[in-house]
Amino acid sequence: MTAAVATGMSRTEQRERTRQRVLGIIYLVLAVLMVLGFAVATDLTSTFGLSAPNAAIPVPNLVVPSATTVYLLAGVVAFAGAIQLTRGFGSRTALILGLVAFAFVFAFLTWVAAGQSMNLTGVLETTVQRSVPIVFGALSGILCERAGVVNIAIEGMLLSGAFVAAVVTSATGNPYIGIVAAVATGGLLAALLAVLAIRYRVDQIIAGFFINILVTGLTAFLSVRILQPYQAELNTPERLGPIAIPILSDIPILGTVLFRHNIFVYSLFALIIIIHLGLFYTRWGLRVRAVGEHPKAADTVGINVYFVRYTNVILGGMVAGMGGAYFTIGSTGGFEREMTAGRGFIGLAAMIFGGWNPIGAFLAGLVFGFADAIQSRLSILSIAIPSEFLLMVPYVVTIIVVAGLVGRARAPAADGKPYIKE
Amino acid sequence: MTDETTTPPAPEPPPTEGAPPETPETEEAPAARSRWGWVRGIALPALALLTAFVAGGIILIITDFELLGLWTSDPVSAIGASWNSVTDTYGALFRGSIGDPGRLIGALLALDWDGVRSAFGPLSETIVSTTPLVFTGLSVALAFRVGLFNIGAEGQLYLGALFSVIVGFSLVGLPWFIHLPLALLAGFAGGALWGFIPGILKARTGAHEVIVTIMLNFVAFNLINWSLRTALVQREGRSDPISKIVENSAVIPSLIGGLRANWGIILALAATVAIWWLLFRSTKGFEFRAVGFNPRAARYAGISIAWSTVLSMMIAGGLAGLAGTVVILGGSGSLSPGFSPGYGFDGIVVALVGATRPAGVVAAAFLFGALRAGATPMQAATGTPIDIVVVIQALVIMFIAAPALVRAIYRIRAERRLNAEVFAKGWGS
Repeated sequence: MTAAVATGMSRTEQRERTRQRVLGIIYLVLAVLMVLGFAVATDLTSTFGLSAPNAAIPVPNLVVPSATTVYLLAGVVAFAGAIQLTRGFGSRTALILGLVAFAFVFAFLTWVAAGQSMNLTGVLETTVQRSVPIVFGALSGILCERAGVVNIAIEGMLLSGAFVAAVVTSATGNPYIGIVAAVATGGLLAALLAVLAIRYRVDQIIAGFFINILVTGLTAFLSVRILQPYQAELNTPERLGPIAIPILSDIPILGTVLFRHNIFVYSLFALIIIIHLGLFYTRWGLRVRAVGEHPKAADTVGINVYFVRYTNVILGGMVAGMGGAYFTIGSTGGFEREMTAGRGFIGLAAMIFGGWNPIGAFLAGLVFGFADAIQSRLSILSIAIPSEFLLMVPYVVTIIVVAGLVGRARAPAADGKPYIKE
Repeated sequence: MTDETTTPPAPEPPPTEGAPPETPETEEAPAARSRWGWVRGIALPALALLTAFVAGGIILIITDFELLGLWTSDPVSAIGASWNSVTDTYGALFRGSIGDPGRLIGALLALDWDGVRSAFGPLSETIVSTTPLVFTGLSVALAFRVGLFNIGAEGQLYLGALFSVIVGFSLVGLPWFIHLPLALLAGFAGGALWGFIPGILKARTGAHEVIVTIMLNFVAFNLINWSLRTALVQREGRSDPISKIVENSAVIPSLIGGLRANWGIILALAATVAIWWLLFRSTKGFEFRAVGFNPRAARYAGISIAWSTVLSMMIAGGLAGLAGTVVILGGSGSLSPGFSPGYGFDGIVVALVGATRPAGVVAAAFLFGALRAGATPMQAATGTPIDIVVVIQALVIMFIAAPALVRAIYRIRAERRLNAEVFAKGWGS
């Protein structure tokens, strides 16, 4: 018995050591990539614009010598890799991983901006905007999956929210009614998912898949059938403009990046905090997590498993519906078919990358939003790197994370398993 | 050794090519299948389809503002107008996918060869759409049997198309009987590579294949977009993402001159028989099904779950890759980003409706191929948006996946079955 435990321990230790080594090798490879891939002429400088055009407190631009910066950062990454390979960083592994990622990204930006100027504040502002629907989607997924129901219908819920928000806002002239309608639609679709998954015990992946194609088909059908002939009446919604938060928005850099957005962004910040506190510091959250991890045990102590699952899935759908409304009335205005373009699946990816945790999902969403924001800038800066590879970032990162190559994402234990009360 | 005692030695495939894979479920107890068992087998999918079409008709009526106005002013004539509107749409869908029987008979009686050929035009288009659906349906069905959910058929299809198109245009001067098989093989290999990744990750690290295949779909999509702008693949003198055109020696020949239906469908039917044989007549297939049915028992019987996972995902990926291949080599001959209207995702519908049986997959593929092919002529004739077909497909999935719903609507008593849930697992484990 003790022998078995001992070998078990050494096996996990061994696996941990392998992981440390793999990380070290990855860092070294990254360092080489940085030197080879981001090599620039020595006389160039990279200029990063840090100040918004109408900022209250102007910030000088950051100008760095391109080549020196890249080589310096590559040196730091190589050094981290060497230590990681030989000694490992122990409990600081995650921190070092973050630092290496930052060094790599900064070297990349230096290379992109070599000999020209890049508005870094603008990129970060776009990052927040691009990550909004992703994080809404991820929060929706978290609410469902923490209670043990897999939700791959986030994409469909976002799309339905976008459609309904555009139509209702156009028809009523009031974007807040549009938001309420979008939230209600998301909740309705989620209720359908919940009935299929909980009442009829349909495989949850199939049920989610069904909702996705139903919404894709219905919104495309309705936009040809109804929105095209009545474009002016039904598909020209009023958009919600940005609201600058009085004092906070004057903070240099951060003010522009975080506090000059529309109501969706602030609601998102609030939701992240509420869901995080709710899940981990309230009785409700404890019950939800118990249902997601071990429904039988939860049932035994008197928690109504079905009730918790229904409410959480419906809440999740409402969150996704609100995120969907961002696509139309929070951003571009009119509805276009398939305008969510896979953001729901990136939200799913952010949920997994963030470890089924609201704050983790937010950070993951920012990373993915950043890749998207950079990608859209590249064409302006006429850089040779294909934008497709940046678009792949969220998906590749998620595969790496679920495969446990770097860190390990663990889903709630009962996620996706129907519960049958005895 | 245990394998050989539990399975009868795999018999040779039936020598006649017409062997229908009608009775694949040899492991089921014969008592469970009464003489009228097949009626039950057909009844639920048929009712699911019927219900989906009825629901689609209701959607058609309530989204027509003119009809809605008529309902409030003159309900009696509104009933007739609604009925006409729906039957017009479905009639156009039928004529666009199967053809107009009257025209066909007229042309046959007049011995008008061109008339007959054009009367067969819609059916030919249906066959063209059916072909990739058979492949993707088989891909998803095979993975289902091993307990894996392959949502990645779309990405595998893209990779297969890319590999086959590269082989198709870069090898010049080969005779067709060497070039075409090479191009098909390349398509299979491309899809198999894209199926290998989720397979090996599942086997080695436990990464859930649903997440990995969803993500790989998007990776594949971006990879294709990128590759279509590289000098190797992009057509000379073009700035839009489109590949070079494959050599004539790599084109799948058409079945009848002048029509687009090609030998791809024969290939698809051959693949169906091959997959049927693999699943139900070979030792490997027995292992696959054992892993899908009860992985723990399979492992105690000495079956390698990891190897079954990797191999089945590679074959599934290869089949989806062939779907992309037949679309390219049997169609335009070149690759561009939007070449697949979601054949990979439709494969999931086809596999579910076909109850993951090879013969069922062929029937379901024909059905959804007909819907796809008929949608465009339907829009041209009646102005109904083609996307109603997607809505109907979604509803079919819902009714197929939740048979209890259909039973509730039609008051059918539940059939007693051992494993009522076809497939239910999440990524928690």
